[in-house]
Amino acid sequence: MHHALFFHGETLHLMPSGALHWPARKTLAVSDLHLGKSERLARRGGTLLPPYETQATLEKLDRDLEHTRAETVICLGDSFDDLAALDGIEETSRLWITRLMAGRDWTWITGNHDPGPIDLGGTHRAELKLQPFTFRHIADPADRAEISGHYHPKASLAGQSKPCFLADASRLIMPAYGVYTGGLRSHHSALTALMAKDALAILTGPRVLAIPMPK
Amino acid sequence: MTNLPPALADWFAAKGWALHPHQLDMLAKAQDPATLLIAPTGGGKTLAGFLPTLAELGPNPAPGLHTLYVSPLKALTADIRRNLGTPIEGAGLKIRVEDRTGDTSYTQRRRQRADPPHILLTTPESLALLLSYEDAPRIFQGIQRVIIDEIHALAESKRGDQLVLQIARLQSLNPGLRRIGLSATVENPPALARFLAPETTILEADPGPDPDISMLETEAPPPWSGGGGRYAIPAILNEVTRHQTTLIFHNTRAQAELFFHDLWLANTEDLPIGIHHGSLSREQRERVEHAMTAGALRAVVCTGSLDLGIDWGDVDLVIQVGAPKNVKRLVQRIGRANHRYNAPSKALLVPANRFEVVECQAALDAVHAHTLDGEPRGPGPRDVLCQHILATACSGPFDADQLYAEVTTAGPYAALTRPEFDACLDFTATGGYALKAYDRWQRLKQTHGNWHLRDPRAAALIRQNLGTIIDTENLKVRLRNHGAPLGEVEEGFAASLTPGDTFLIAGQIVRYESLREMTVEVSKTPGRDPKVAVFNGTKFATSTLLADRILEIFQQPSWPDLPAHTAQWLSLQREVSRLPDPHSLLLESFPHDGREHLVIYGFAGRNAQQTLGLLVTKQMEQQGLAPLGFVATDYATLTWGLDPVTDPAPLFSLETLRDGLESWLSGNAVMKRTFRDTAIISGLIERSHQGRRKSGRQATFSSDILYDTLKKYDPDHLLLQITREEALRGLIDFSRIEAMLARVGPNIDLKRLKRVTPLAAPLFFEPSRIPVQGEGRDRLAVSQAQALMEAAGLA
Repeated sequence: MHHALFFHGETLHLMPSGALHWPARKTLAVSDLHLGKSERLARRGGTLLPPYETQATLEKLDRDLEHTRAETVICLGDSFDDLAALDGIEETSRLWITRLMAGRDWTWITGNHDPGPIDLGGTHRAELKLQPFTFRHIADPADRAEISGHYHPKASLAGQSKPCFLADASRLIMPAYGVYTGGLRSHHSALTALMAKDALAILTGPRVLAIPMPK
Repeated sequence: MTNLPPALADWFAAKGWALHPHQLDMLAKAQDPATLLIAPTGGGKTLAGFLPTLAELGPNPAPGLHTLYVSPLKALTADIRRNLGTPIEGAGLKIRVEDRTGDTSYTQRRRQRADPPHILLTTPESLALLLSYEDAPRIFQGIQRVIIDEIHALAESKRGDQLVLQIARLQSLNPGLRRIGLSATVENPPALARFLAPETTILEADPGPDPDISMLETEAPPPWSGGGGRYAIPAILNEVTRHQTTLIFHNTRAQAELFFHDLWLANTEDLPIGIHHGSLSREQRERVEHAMTAGALRAVVCTGSLDLGIDWGDVDLVIQVGAPKNVKRLVQRIGRANHRYNAPSKALLVPANRFEVVECQAALDAVHAHTLDGEPRGPGPRDVLCQHILATACSGPFDADQLYAEVTTAGPYAALTRPEFDACLDFTATGGYALKAYDRWQRLKQTHGNWHLRDPRAAALIRQNLGTIIDTENLKVRLRNHGAPLGEVEEGFAASLTPGDTFLIAGQIVRYESLREMTVEVSKTPGRDPKVAVFNGTKFATSTLLADRILEIFQQPSWPDLPAHTAQWLSLQREVSRLPDPHSLLLESFPHDGREHLVIYGFAGRNAQQTLGLLVTKQMEQQGLAPLGFVATDYATLTWGLDPVTDPAPLFSLETLRDGLESWLSGNAVMKRTFRDTAIISGLIERSHQGRRKSGRQATFSSDILYDTLKKYDPDHLLLQITREEALRGLIDFSRIEAMLARVGPNIDLKRLKRVTPLAAPLFFEPSRIPVQGEGRDRLAVSQAQALMEAAGLA
């Protein structure tokens, strides 16, 4: 079950998977997919993680697109773990992405991991205005009605830590959607400095639950 | 026989020291390829190990490493260096002895590599590091002997498996290398001998007189359940005043803390008493150790952290609080009270509850009968082998055939097959994934037949992750406003705290204030009962030997050896129902408090009884009996639910239980925890270092994610195989369930009763009740979220 958030006059569905669905505009937003992460680590001589995260993340996205029938998709940056990651991705995964993009208005917002254009279709932008919202990778403390990613926020409830959305009157920060992603506890000063006192943390998982943001 | 250098023999004579027979034997066996010395504490075991080396080095030895000494404890290496220095300097021998551990300075370690001492004292982890350097063959050139101290303790863990792999490596570098193992009393000397080397001479020193051991008699009988032993505090204090120095052992750190706190309140004479366990800060522990050595303490409340290590000179009494769970460990603990060789050690057992009275009696019988327990550990774990292969690659290219031959000379890996070895090699080289799509998945490459690191820079990372000790993710605890460090708690425990919660650490009650920069900040709150008291709850299961002996005791017609309160309790059980016996599985079923209860007297040890609880309630759920929860002890599992069990046989068929295990095991938290350890040891993921975690934005993510991913996309992966193996013989302990079912055969005896039985009654007081999984956790989260929102005025 999603959590319905009323934000700047619009109803947004915060989904169990960590995606954001904006039904009125048939739009789905996801952040920090980090596709190709295991490939990047292996290439750099690090550990050899199981090479399945791209497949797992795309399966998740496929399900959400099917379920929401979204016509517009916004990837909020760090979609690829680095600019070379796309070359390392298997052909089947590349075709899969192409298939998901087919017939949809698709925007890749640049992130710090993927700071330039990627050799895939869709629109590439630093940020996207879709009234009343601005979508960008890293939150701008001066902005309002903003939806961003980057921080991978997480919070604990009943002894379990889960990726979460953070929301206050000005901004919404999305959790990381990619399967191989860690998180930053909402207590961290980077997040407490950004969010208002009365901010909420909305935890992902089979039941999406809102709590006061743990500080 | 190798003779001592005259100067050393003279020095011994001047001191009036005569060598013990086993010390002379060690000199006589100096040329044997491997010798295992089994001797009690206080018998000059360590000196016995070093005598052949001192004799061979003589007064003016040539430079170069002669002997490597490996101990499980860093503290022990420093202590041995001092102790060995006395005779060496006293006799004017020009022998250089140095230690090398994680605490040794960088410059010192560098110098040791360039110019090694004659005798190097180290730990398995530091040795692993040393062997991973490219210049290892040069450092270890000409080494004559390796001495493994406390080998009985090392042989029980992966540290020992890693160590014998390293010694196999050393042996390849120096075919003439001789090995010495020094051990406390063990149940199976030949097995330990095979662990040390393929051909080992066993020397058993005179074990000394039998210990003087009994059960502590108290005015108040022990309570029906619980593990604290706090009822016995007056009697224990009385014993402390009557002895010079007393060690008071507890089975868990939490119990030690609770006991120490209450002991302190009752200590009206202000006897100097300290506390020592593995969760205290190093400063705290060292302070207690120094006070102990200086003879300034009358008692120390401790845990397994004092099982090994320096002989505290004046300990004349050991008190074991709570059932010992394992006879071998009890005997080794008793040995700590051995202030004079050939004087009997004195020990008292304090059962923490009524059931433990029987277990303590069983343990006393076993000690008197000289029987020790021990379950064989099974073949060497393959995650350790993976790490060994990576470490070998760091030191230089290797040939797979040669490495395989070398590995199989190590006792735990003697039965390793070539395909098993090759699977480990493939894992270290490519990750070993079913999906072989990328040429970039290469850590090791094969060139001209030899395997080597694809990128030599990877060596630094591999070295950082060497070792098989996996620290739980601990957070430091300190007093608020940069106060004194008190110790550490597990991250999971810290996460369960909310500001205002109180808990015990270092003998004080503290109040949780906040979590800041990976440190738990607390303040002192005098005189309140701690709200949360449990942390780091390592729980040992009662050994099969003890469980069997308890069942034997139950068969006696009467119990003259047991305290009257316990004998009466057992008689009453015999009248009302019956006592469990070795040849059947007794089940009791009765209604109580509106719920139907079932007690399973499996006597399979805590972990297996817990697994049994999970599997049987799963099965009951399927039969529509609506189980609601269960609780497990070392002896029995109690379940409760809405409907009674009437046909128990299907619940306990081995096949059903195995199927349940199959479907339940993979999603279980125990598996994920086991996977994490295996993934770190085998080199799939890196250890998290405090520094790295502090950096804020986490590059690392939970190993649970990797576990779930592998399970879904690569279910036959090597690491999942290893994880299964480890979990089955570790926390899940299915082998004990199998052994129990084999013991009872088809005799499953269900007794239907009207009410709770005397033997079942204590189970109702057991604290760690486990709700049967279902919607429970979800509902808990929902109601908590609601409460939080309401409290914040947001609902």
